[in-house]
Amino acid sequence: MFDSLSDRLGGILDKLKRRGALTEADVGEAMREVRRALIEADVALDVVRAFTDKVRTRAVGVEVIKSVTPGQMVVKIVHDALVETLGSDAEPIDLNAPAPVAILMVGLQGSGKTTTTAKIAKRLTERGKRRVLMASLDTRRPAAMEQLATLGTQVEVNTLPIVPGQSAVQIAKRAMDAARFGNYDVVMLDTAGRVTLDEALMAEVAEVRAATNPHEVLLVADSLTGQDAVNTAKAFDSRVTLTGIVLTRADGDGRGGAALSMRAVTGKPIKLLGTGEKMDALEDFDPQRVAGRILGMGDVVALVEKAAENIDIEKARATAERMRKGVFDLEDLRDQLTQMQKMGGMGGLMGMLPGVAKVKNQIAAANLDDKVFKRQTAIIGSMTRKERRNPKLLDASRKRRIAAGSGTKVEEINRLIKMHRQMADVMKAMGGAAGKRGPLAGLASMMGMGAGGPSPEALQQMAEKMPGGLGGGLPPNFPGGKLPGGMPGLGGGMPKGFPGLPGLGGSKKK
Amino acid sequence: MSETNPPEKTGFWRRLTSGLARTATSLTQGITDLVTKRKLDAATLEELEDVLIRADLGTATSARIVEAVGRGRHDKMIEPDEVKGLIAAEVEQILTPVARPLVIDTAHKPYVVLMVGVNGSGKTTTIGKLAAQWKAEGLKLTLAAGDTFRAAAIEQLKVWGARTGAHVVAREQGADAAGVAHDAITEARVNGSDVLMIDTAGRLQNRAELMAELEKVVRVIKKLEPTAPHAVLLVLDATVGQNALTQVEVFTRMAGVTGLVMTKLDGTARGGILVAIAEKHGLPVHLIGVGEAAEDLQPFSARDFARAIAGLA
Ligand SMILES: Nc1nc2c(ncn2[C@@H]2O[C@H](COP(=O)(O)OP(=O)(O)O)[C@@H](O)[C@H]2O)c(=O)[nH]1
Ligand SMILES: [Mg+2]
Repeated sequence: MFDSLSDRLGGILDKLKRRGALTEADVGEAMREVRRALIEADVALDVVRAFTDKVRTRAVGVEVIKSVTPGQMVVKIVHDALVETLGSDAEPIDLNAPAPVAILMVGLQGSGKTTTTAKIAKRLTERGKRRVLMASLDTRRPAAMEQLATLGTQVEVNTLPIVPGQSAVQIAKRAMDAARFGNYDVVMLDTAGRVTLDEALMAEVAEVRAATNPHEVLLVADSLTGQDAVNTAKAFDSRVTLTGIVLTRADGDGRGGAALSMRAVTGKPIKLLGTGEKMDALEDFDPQRVAGRILGMGDVVALVEKAAENIDIEKARATAERMRKGVFDLEDLRDQLTQMQKMGGMGGLMGMLPGVAKVKNQIAAANLDDKVFKRQTAIIGSMTRKERRNPKLLDASRKRRIAAGSGTKVEEINRLIKMHRQMADVMKAMGGAAGKRGPLAGLASMMGMGAGGPSPEALQQMAEKMPGGLGGGLPPNFPGGKLPGGMPGLGGGMPKGFPGLPGLGGSKKK
Repeated sequence: MSETNPPEKTGFWRRLTSGLARTATSLTQGITDLVTKRKLDAATLEELEDVLIRADLGTATSARIVEAVGRGRHDKMIEPDEVKGLIAAEVEQILTPVARPLVIDTAHKPYVVLMVGVNGSGKTTTIGKLAAQWKAEGLKLTLAAGDTFRAAAIEQLKVWGARTGAHVVAREQGADAAGVAHDAITEARVNGSDVLMIDTAGRLQNRAELMAELEKVVRVIKKLEPTAPHAVLLVLDATVGQNALTQVEVFTRMAGVTGLVMTKLDGTARGGILVAIAEKHGLPVHLIGVGEAAEDLQPFSARDFARAIAGLA
């Protein structure tokens, strides 16, 4: 849906093909794209402006390191600045205060306060070994109090008994008293959602803050929030002085620019990410990951690292040599499957790639998961070398033997053979082309290295450089939606009817 | 069940105007600031584009609107109000085709409305508001507590049922949502309801298994009544950014969305993504939510929304 920043920068800057320092003109042009990418990622406009100014100053005059394109260089500078702005150190919830420590949860309607309250309570109880009491001050939304009570039962954390008719401030005071009386370490105060323009309700939450003196005041905000993120964050911060931010729905497929907006305008750390509806779907904030997501690169850095680590260069070279000749037998297929597994299997691979949510859905729907890979590898493992080299030998009795040997069914073997046949056809059709594009063209195009790159040598080089982090390993053209074009080493194209992968075969979704 | 105090009631007209006026305040400010006695040159147009971007219209839509405004007027001196008018006209033109009221087709009894959307967008509240409105029009209603996942979601809908006098069909938490829908259709037929509104659990559109579950709810409804659901309303939160485009796309594909409702326009968010959605998908926009009380639901008006975005409300 969105082009990734690196895609775009690649388009602009890599045309330049020259080396030396980044000029003002290069950077100026790049910053226009950075601006657009950030806006499309829902970063607030004023934050975008301040950010691009900062990056511009930094980038002009920077020497482009050998073996890195100007585009890669700029992406790295942008990425680093983003991580820096997002706050490089994870800041956990601070409980360093006399018990009972109050934690006040605030936010707009429907942002996820109640769910997050219960998740944090669970975490503090289980990992922090604290005695936690939760109280709902939401006197407005129907059944809000029951919601917290139900979650309390679920996560085995006590909730303050519901007393109808009390105001939010009264409930808050009652909670603090109950906590003192009951020797609780922590009191989590869940509040009603409110729009910041609602003066009466903003005054109410300020009063609750004054009455309970919370050690943490956490703004719970939806990571799918658009430009309004700055208004909301500013308004809550000015009325109740936030100590941190929790972003919910980080498991969605939004680009999450709100993280940058809120952090930039409040200076308050993002402490946690909500990543699902289950009670343990709460993660520490990871600026690297969020930065990658905002830029539309997924965890491309991690992907490149993993790729470099795990791909057996020699094997890849041999496979490529064979592919060049248009040969692709079951042994080659097994190598491909193993390689994918090493890279973290389908799940791992997909999770790292931006913009593949759709593909992921299809895979989930098709049940093509790592288990399938394992079974397929097992099937091939039960064949003789001769059979692997020449699948035509596989008659009914051989298939029965293999099925017995691998603990699978003959139908599965048939499916595998069919899949292999289709792939082999494609390989044959591509014949020389695959070779010309370099042995790892499939992986390369997947990772946005563009046609032709990287050679095994380049990959090896990359692997050597990698421990240093980003240094030069950042691909210039990470394609958001291009994944289907190239599973690792598959020579850039899966056959149309790749079993169980409806619509994956080369269909480039825009 | 706890005491819930509905927010203080104010007159319908005050709410109506205040909701939209708030939407517009800071935009008005922006536009006035930038074009007081100014030339409509490239710099001014760029600032105008910024104003639209701040309202979540997105880069592409904003650029198109500004281009249309600038066309043939380059370097002309122009009054702030005139610029606002031009912006409003462009936006209104995009929105007019999609501004369509939600009309119950009485040929269907019950007329089945399915409410879908991401978590916390305002589905249940919108059902409550619609129930209040339709009850006042004398319709007989049944509500189905199809959010069997979120804690106390069933109780929440029951409160709305009690407030509006609508019959509520519910099973226990954790029950199959499609089963609830099935029961509800059967009951609504028996009790002679004019309208059946089916609530669903919030879900992110990238969660394949949850979207499949929603697909199943629709399938079960169709099995009982092939023409149903007669309306599938996607509820969007006005604070949402560009992700709303994907929400519309996926929910439409998986659940056959027929129209949109935008909630929380009583806050500081302007919901400008609706303009981009209108351009791209052309789905009808029926209603807007401007508060938490039953009466805080208004028909979507292209003109009012456009004028609010341009700061003319
Ligand atoms: N300010 C405001 N709040 C709303 C509006 N519509 C819904 N809400 C609130 O948003 C929150 C989530 O609503 P709910 O209906 O439970 O969302 P659901 O999860 O989609 O069913 C609740 O606190 C509602 O009161 C609206 O138009 N304006
Ligand atoms: Mg609900």
